[in-house]
Amino acid sequence: MHRTPASLGVWLIVMLLVILHQDDWFWENSTLVFGIVPIGLFYHACLSLAAAFTWFLATRYAWPLSESESRGDAA
Amino acid sequence: MTSAMVIAGYLGLLLTLGVTSNRLFSGSGKDFQLATHSIGPFMLLMSLFGTTMTAFALIGSTGEAWQNGIGVYGKMASSSGIVHSLCFFLLGVKLWKFGHQYGYATQIEFFRDRLDSPKIGLVLFPILVSMVIVYLLAGILGAGTVVNVFTSGAFPNIFTGDPAVPPSVGAIPNWLGSLIICAVVLIYVFFGGMRGTAWANTFQTLAFLILGLITFFVIARSLGAGSVLENMREVSAQVQDRWTTRAGVSKSVFLTYMLIPLSVGMFPHIFQHWLTAKDANTFKLSVIVHPIFILLVWGPCIMLGIWATTDTAQTLVPALARLNHNAPGDQNKVLPILVKGLSGELLGGFLAAGVLAAIMSSLDSQFLCVGTMFTNDIAKPYFTKDGKLTDQQTVFLTRTFIILVVVVTYCLSLLDPKAVFGLGVWCFSGFSSLFPLIFASLYWRRLTRLGAYASIIAAGGAWCWYFWQALQADGPLSEYLIKIPMGTTEVEIMPVAAMIVVSTLALVAGSLASKPLPQQTVGKFFP
Repeated sequence: MHRTPASLGVWLIVMLLVILHQDDWFWENSTLVFGIVPIGLFYHACLSLAAAFTWFLATRYAWPLSESESRGDAA
Repeated sequence: MTSAMVIAGYLGLLLTLGVTSNRLFSGSGKDFQLATHSIGPFMLLMSLFGTTMTAFALIGSTGEAWQNGIGVYGKMASSSGIVHSLCFFLLGVKLWKFGHQYGYATQIEFFRDRLDSPKIGLVLFPILVSMVIVYLLAGILGAGTVVNVFTSGAFPNIFTGDPAVPPSVGAIPNWLGSLIICAVVLIYVFFGGMRGTAWANTFQTLAFLILGLITFFVIARSLGAGSVLENMREVSAQVQDRWTTRAGVSKSVFLTYMLIPLSVGMFPHIFQHWLTAKDANTFKLSVIVHPIFILLVWGPCIMLGIWATTDTAQTLVPALARLNHNAPGDQNKVLPILVKGLSGELLGGFLAAGVLAAIMSSLDSQFLCVGTMFTNDIAKPYFTKDGKLTDQQTVFLTRTFIILVVVVTYCLSLLDPKAVFGLGVWCFSGFSSLFPLIFASLYWRRLTRLGAYASIIAAGGAWCWYFWQALQADGPLSEYLIKIPMGTTEVEIMPVAAMIVVSTLALVAGSLASKPLPQQTVGKFFP
């Protein structure tokens, strides 16, 4: 793992995602977003999108292999 | 009859795909087991997603939302979006590198080298294979049920069924449905090997993603006289708070449930798919898009599940009102009843094809991986003189073991062991409890043989202990929780949390109490 400030930032975001997953704040809230989706479900759907974005950052800034290792040149 | 024809057409397409992929088969063992590391980003994404999603993603999620509300998304879906990609990223990429470099096809081959312990397979093999077989049995039984439900009334002259249970009249019986699905999967895995499996998985994942979304919109359109959006607003407004909140969900259970998706890190069939990647960069698309695909499949199903509790849905589809929230198994009927009631036979057939796609895209990889494990981890080291097999022998043995595994698991499914459905979460917990081992083997050079064995034994011991406790307790096996006294109250947690703590402690203690592995062994993995 190549440790850089950017990769550290990515791992902090991953930890934040795990914390945000335990959303105490919408637990018993029955508001419907756009009149359709319960807010608890909407929040977790957004969390899925945030996870995808975080993993995009991870592949860019915290990729565990060098370019030659990624291509399998070492084999 | 229309549904049965759609299902037959779908299975026919799948067979054609599997047999066609055989034209690209080079004849080598590496090609049969790993498609010669030729799978690109899109097919890897589809294979991994299809393999991790089972019928539960469609039918189970709808039923669970109908039973307990929206909490199932956070508990199982958004957590998987974070944790599965974490496993692909942290474990998959590195394991691909070592697998590509040193020629591994199974986890045990990797552990043998990493720990310099030829015997570790004797401990890990029975644990991994028995847990995969539970998973396989659930898939085979589930497939039989899906074929039975969706062909109801199609063949009244051939299958008389039980007149006391009207849906069974004219339906393909469960045993025959399971047999057909096993035969189809066996044929395309037998001929196509890993390439056939990856092609079939890509096709099947597209099928259940697209058919799931179409089903959602067709049902939403049928729920009222207005536009799709107006219908959705109208019916959502009728859903009671019990289903739109997580009022009945324990926060500590919700938290510890997040450890279940770690099982992906130790699934042997996922390991094998990781090794099919063309290069490590191939993983990037899977890592990023996996959470979005989970949202696309689970989100609509959960909305359908909570809508099924409303007066509007129950008036339009009276069979929904007859379902009982306390009757075991009724929740799995919600989606098929909704589809049949609101969209007709044709879409019913397509949905059945989608559900079968989700089941088969897991079954094929599991059959292939068990066949590969028998060949590489048992036959090669213990039944050859020099630990080597020719390409021909590898392909022959892998195919033979695949047939044996299909036959044995199909015969076991005839015993109708419905208890396997309750074992699902236990099976996943078992794989998760081995997560510390795979993680430490990649990121902690101080891991030793003693630490690894201690971790496996501790995980197995903890699993047996809690399973025994669950058998003694009242209630379904899948709902057993550990209760920890906290002052005047009790905190409930999933058994998987305790298993992971125990296996991690044993791993660390065992490693620190023993001599580090020589640099010659560790240096291959930590240069």
